[in-house]
Amino acid sequence: MRLHIFLSYPGPVSAAIEVHGLVKQYGNLSAVGGIDFSVPAGTVFSFLGPNGAGKTTTTEILEGLRRRTSGDVEVLGLDPWTDGAALHRRIGVIPQDFRFFEKITAREAIEYYRALFHTDVDPARLLAQVELLDKIDARFDTLSGGQKQKLGLALALTNNPEICFLDEPTTGLDPHARRAIWAVIRSLKGEGRTVFLTTHYLEEAELLADRVAIIHHGKIIAAGTPAEIIRANGRPERIEVAGPPELATYLEQHLDRPVAVENGRVSVELADKSDALKILGAIEASGLPWDSFQTSRDTLEDVFVRLVGQMDDGALKQETPR
Amino acid sequence: MNFRHVAADFRVVMRSYLRNPVALFFSLIFPIILIALFGLIFSATGSGPVTVEVLNLDHNSPVSREFLAALNNTSVVKVNVVSDTTVSPSNFASWLGKNDDPVGLIVPDGFAANYRNGTPTNLTVFTNPSDAASSGTVLGAVQGVANGFNLARACSGSVCAPVIGYTSENVGSQVYTYIDYLIPGLIGFSILTSPMFSMVDIASSYRKDGIFRELSLTPLTRAEWLLSRITWYVALTFVTAGIMIGAGVYLFSAHVALTLGLVPFLIVGPFFFVSLGMLAGTVAKTPESAALIGNIITFPMMFLSGTFFTVSSFPPYLQTFAHVLPLYYVIDGMNQVMLFANMSRALADLAVVLVAGLVVFALAVRLFKWRDE
Repeated sequence: MRLHIFLSYPGPVSAAIEVHGLVKQYGNLSAVGGIDFSVPAGTVFSFLGPNGAGKTTTTEILEGLRRRTSGDVEVLGLDPWTDGAALHRRIGVIPQDFRFFEKITAREAIEYYRALFHTDVDPARLLAQVELLDKIDARFDTLSGGQKQKLGLALALTNNPEICFLDEPTTGLDPHARRAIWAVIRSLKGEGRTVFLTTHYLEEAELLADRVAIIHHGKIIAAGTPAEIIRANGRPERIEVAGPPELATYLEQHLDRPVAVENGRVSVELADKSDALKILGAIEASGLPWDSFQTSRDTLEDVFVRLVGQMDDGALKQETPR
Repeated sequence: MNFRHVAADFRVVMRSYLRNPVALFFSLIFPIILIALFGLIFSATGSGPVTVEVLNLDHNSPVSREFLAALNNTSVVKVNVVSDTTVSPSNFASWLGKNDDPVGLIVPDGFAANYRNGTPTNLTVFTNPSDAASSGTVLGAVQGVANGFNLARACSGSVCAPVIGYTSENVGSQVYTYIDYLIPGLIGFSILTSPMFSMVDIASSYRKDGIFRELSLTPLTRAEWLLSRITWYVALTFVTAGIMIGAGVYLFSAHVALTLGLVPFLIVGPFFFVSLGMLAGTVAKTPESAALIGNIITFPMMFLSGTFFTVSSFPPYLQTFAHVLPLYYVIDGMNQVMLFANMSRALADLAVVLVAGLVVFALAVRLFKWRDE
């Protein structure tokens, strides 16, 4: 079944990316099995999925690097495959694991792109924007992984793009470098650019993205704002305490609702805010030892793991001969 | 075709190359090593006496025999008298040209009588201008022996004028030493190997590293990219050829003509092989198979196109094979302009390489893909 996502956005915002019924097949293997989504201009859209889900294939189709089998794709109103040359002047792309000419410095790399794109961007200003100014005269082969990625980002901005495609830009980077890339992504949005971000760090998507879509086995299994996805697919907010299994039994009898025990922690779902006092009262009334009280809610990662897990379990059951 | 793009890419290629010590070694030092090595192996004629072919027109007179014996005794030359029935004085020069040791001496008719009478008489020494070492040896020896004879002759009256002199003539421009053939051959060798090996590698490794993918997202076209590489290898070929000619002339007194006719070959040659390397690297699916295809194309040409040995010295079936190798036409063309001044044959060679180059360039641009289907 195809899941249609309708993104409502305040004001007359045109879509930067429109995808309808996109299919990509490699021989008999279906990498993307008919997906639909749209990305409003000026927003950060995050495309999530486990490895091999169809993220990179979809992204490369949008970038005009790969031909689609069928479906309609428009990026900035252009067909990425047939209007690739026109599109490439208006988008910026940073692939995973960005590689460049090894003996060329950061400044020379930007001067090279500047000549190709016929722009007059200042290398120093661009490198300052991605926090790489101190490496302006360093050759590419002397840069660290994070610095290489930042140079990729700077090069993708040489043509002042309307859409930035970032394919797992922080994979393999240390926490500091990752935060630096996040800051740049926020500034891109601040400048009114559309950002298409693929990642498998769910916290990254939750922090940066206005909208996310989760793709698995070539199908979109959830889409919306991170909050919407968590609300629709996550468990309700819970009260958790550390305590013995008997506590769970006691609470189940006295509260008349499901109580879970996991890793020595007892958790009870909250129906509404006033529920919290009632639950804590019951815990105290049990007379059993308890400790380290906290409330918890599902993160996008929890939802992602559950959704992907459910789908894989379902797929396994279907494949098992009866 | 936007030449600003070509120029921008050319700067990147040039900087990458100039900052790579291995690449610099192979384009600047390796040519000198090649010339020195092959020059020393195949044209080591410095030791041992120089054989002088002598045509004695003085009917074996005692004085002429004495003179030749004295010459032989210098031990720097070895006199080999040839019969005047074998060769006539008028075609002695061209006969020498076909000889392995193209150095000769003619003792004129009446040599003994003139020597006795004190009438000046001239020996004729034939030397090969492309072999300065043996020419110098022979001229020095003849002069030394003649001086001795002039001093030993009793002076008539108070005047003691030298009687025996000599004039020197060139054997003829058709005489070349191995080093003369070696220079165009080795220039051809570097026109072949330098672009082939690196383009095959670039075509597959840039694809693997995603650099073509990066470039496909810029306005740079494949033809512009290839043209920038071709331009770089043409520039490199000019430098390498200059080094090789310089080393050949300086180390081995090579005899090559530096004509403008060489220029088209130094352009069309790299044009063909950069395109061919790109085509080979494109057809291959992995860097390993690319290297294999590159080697299969390169190695037969490396040895069988007249690089180290002239094709005319091959057995006939190998000569036929050489004629289907594009490098043969590059090297033959350079031989024609640098050695034989045979411009019409050079033009035919050039046309073959140019047409082949255009076909391979078109194929490479068409088949080589920035992006996947």
